[in-house]
Amino acid sequence: MSALLDVQSLRVHFPIVEGPVFNRRKSIVRAVDGVDLYIAPGETLGLVGESGCGKSTVARSIVQLVKPTSGAIRFNGQDLASISRTQLRTLRPSIQMVFQDPYASLNPRMTVFDAIAEPMIAHGLIKLSEASERVASLMARVGLAARWMRKYPHEFSGGQRQRIAIARALALRPKLIIADEPVSALDVSVQAQILNLIAELCREEKLALLLISHDLSVVKHLSDRIAVMYLGKIVELGRAEDIYHRPQHPYTRALINAVPIPDPTRKRDRAAVLLQGDPPSPIDPPQGCPFHPRCPHMQERCKQVVPPLEPHGENRVVACIRAEELQ
Amino acid sequence: MPLLDVKNLKTHFHTRAGIVRAVDGVSFSVAPGEMLGIVGESGSGKSVANLSLLGLVPMPPGKIESGTAQFDGVDLLHCTNAQRRTIRGKKISMVFQDPMTALNPYLRIGDQIMEPLLIHENMSKADARARAVAMLKRVGIHDAERRLREYPHRFSGGMRQRVMIAMALITHPQLLIADEPTTALDVTVQAQILELLKTMQAELGMAVILITHDLGVIAESCDRVLVMYAGRIVESATVDDLFREPKHPYTRALLASIPATQEKGAQLYTIQGAPPDLTATMEGCPFAPRCEHAQPQCKIGPIPLAEIAPGHATACKRILAGEIT
Repeated sequence: MSALLDVQSLRVHFPIVEGPVFNRRKSIVRAVDGVDLYIAPGETLGLVGESGCGKSTVARSIVQLVKPTSGAIRFNGQDLASISRTQLRTLRPSIQMVFQDPYASLNPRMTVFDAIAEPMIAHGLIKLSEASERVASLMARVGLAARWMRKYPHEFSGGQRQRIAIARALALRPKLIIADEPVSALDVSVQAQILNLIAELCREEKLALLLISHDLSVVKHLSDRIAVMYLGKIVELGRAEDIYHRPQHPYTRALINAVPIPDPTRKRDRAAVLLQGDPPSPIDPPQGCPFHPRCPHMQERCKQVVPPLEPHGENRVVACIRAEELQ
Repeated sequence: MPLLDVKNLKTHFHTRAGIVRAVDGVSFSVAPGEMLGIVGESGSGKSVANLSLLGLVPMPPGKIESGTAQFDGVDLLHCTNAQRRTIRGKKISMVFQDPMTALNPYLRIGDQIMEPLLIHENMSKADARARAVAMLKRVGIHDAERRLREYPHRFSGGMRQRVMIAMALITHPQLLIADEPTTALDVTVQAQILELLKTMQAELGMAVILITHDLGVIAESCDRVLVMYAGRIVESATVDDLFREPKHPYTRALLASIPATQEKGAQLYTIQGAPPDLTATMEGCPFAPRCEHAQPQCKIGPIPLAEIAPGHATACKRILAGEIT
């Protein structure tokens, strides 16, 4: 099986300079620090982690919004870093993005028609004269009435705006959609509508999806496989059910346990598995395993070696040197 | 006897676009020592109802049109500002959603935590500092003596929320209002803060009103819960009853639409349409336009909250009449 998207040892580091002029300190934020993943055509990969773990930076480097420090990103076998700008331009329609905040990702001075038609015209897919028909069909596809085409974003609710953003992403007939927290700015009852829409589109258009979220229940619901990130690294990756019901990395376990379950009969003894402290800063990540300062199973050797991502059982990789004994 | 008894609270905003009926006839009570959850989507009036109690609604455009709120022998909605000041920050405290903006960036956190004591308890600075250090330790901040002298930007989001909680609890209030206290935090930190709230509640024996949009947070923390929609309470029940036997169609729809309760990959239940425009006058049930059980009679009001079982009330005509179960 050939991968549609193949990311290998991706590193994205941001240098920061702080302090007064004669006493400058330079440090490096290791936002993404060695990430490997692939997505097969039509597959949904969920990427979860807390704020600052680097999940959005992974997304942004795949669409070349930030330049990777090292590593390779291959789309359909082509390395995005080594191809020319013209080649990149012909590839861009295949990868489209949906952002978190539909209030910020739509230009307030462009009508819905302008927003959806612009990418198609810019890439020369259609002529202006054909645009309104195509925009109407895209709007119908995402559940918006075509008569709203000349309205501005402020006339729509959050859920409707996210539908516009999805229609815009679909306009170029992409093969891969990257959705970065597509529902976290929306109300619960509207979240369900958008999640259903995304699931339906992926199924019917055979789209591959990279779904990024901090909400494990959302990711589990839609994904075939899930990757869990912590401090710039993937700590566990496997089939969605396996990750959710049989997590093996201590961080995945803690993350699943921390999500409040809307069922009072399943209250658990939280204190037993409650993580201590906050996620550490990616400027000065801890030595050894990045999770060791908060890990309840930490041993002396965890402070020395960075655990490699190793296979554990079928279709699963875990970055924990104690994964075997902790089972 | 309830600690707080709110009756028929109406808070409206008089804007150019019309009168926004943010809170439209809400009655509830809080017993001493209980944790009451208020759940609802944005714009349901859950925050405005509680801000009204503390006199924190900007007026104008806001106006409290009617209602009483008895707390400790005082009607919070009709008392003088001087009376309100002796209650606010002393007997009733509040924790806000965003710890990044709720703390004053120019003041050391020690000064901010000590302030309620200096104002309400006439304490000397040295005594207040000792109390602040003890409180910071209790909410889980290590090295409290040193951290007291630091500014808010030196603290992470979770730590700032701990500081906010320390500040709210330092006067040992009888009631704490926590408005989305964990929404801005990561899940692992959210779990810590909810645990801390529960421990402190048990230790101090205070009542807590926990406002949230997250039904999961309600299920894990609260004793009793109110469901709000379009400025009204549509259901009130104990947490166990609400999740086992939700009555109001809105509550049912809300529970059915969260991915956590559903089979993986299953089509999620969706509520058609969007919440109503609060500037329009609403006859009958505010949920009727989106409700799949709605009938012409639902659009004739008013529809009061009535008990269907002991301790379980709902504002649905058809459920109360036994027409739908």
